[in-house]
Amino acid sequence: MSLEPIAFAALAVVLIGSALAVVLTKNLFHSVLWLALTLTGTAGIFLTLDAEFIAAVQLLLYAGGVITIAVFAIVVTERLVGDRITQTSRQLWNGGIIAGAVLVGVLSFVLRAPQGPPRPPLAEDLTRAIGEAVLTRFVLPFELLALLFFAGLLGAIYFARPDD
Amino acid sequence: MPASVSLQAYLVLAAVLFAIGLFGVVTRRTTIGILLGIELMLNSVNINLVAFARYHGDVAGLVFTVFTISITVAEVALGLALVILIFRVRRTAIADHLDLLRG
Repeated sequence: MSLEPIAFAALAVVLIGSALAVVLTKNLFHSVLWLALTLTGTAGIFLTLDAEFIAAVQLLLYAGGVITIAVFAIVVTERLVGDRITQTSRQLWNGGIIAGAVLVGVLSFVLRAPQGPPRPPLAEDLTRAIGEAVLTRFVLPFELLALLFFAGLLGAIYFARPDD
Repeated sequence: MPASVSLQAYLVLAAVLFAIGLFGVVTRRTTIGILLGIELMLNSVNINLVAFARYHGDVAGLVFTVFTISITVAEVALGLALVILIFRVRRTAIADHLDLLRG
């Protein structure tokens, strides 16, 4: 028996617990730290799916970049306001009903669907396959992504300009 | 316990995470809290994409995941820049207070 189901179960527990903490914690800063745990756990899920490259990208960009930016934003905004941001949640019942309805709807499809194919053996190095696909089959979206980043860079510079 | 995890298990996990993120987006009042909920939802979609790619032996799902991660990072960076900018102008963290365009 392999360790994979145990790893999956442990990661699922960590993921669901930390995700609940993200949306329920009062302290916004703690919320971001729980999100860091969720994103790192997701990298673990990617490792159980043999996608090492995606796990590395997840850790570098999400758990590294997004968390840093979010912490930075909270620190800056708290300094501007002068006191700590405590976030209260409103409409807990409405949120619970909406999220529960979406969950039941999706799960009814997922669980009724025929059992998918078993996991095929790893045909090739997935990282090499990603690199080849990006530069052949998906080269146009890849270039569009570069354009999007350029636009985002211009937007960030525009936002960050000094007051005149 | 089965010898290997089925595709359904990954889909159920992603659906649960998506619902939790949606709950956060609906219930949070601060703009940063709403952005964190959106992060959770996008993250769960990535789990779906990678799981489908692995179980169907098609690399396209992995490429899409790389694209969505990159786009999400750009989106969060600009979204939080907007939040800071709104803070400088309006001095508020609550999304309901941003009703400048209300008729």
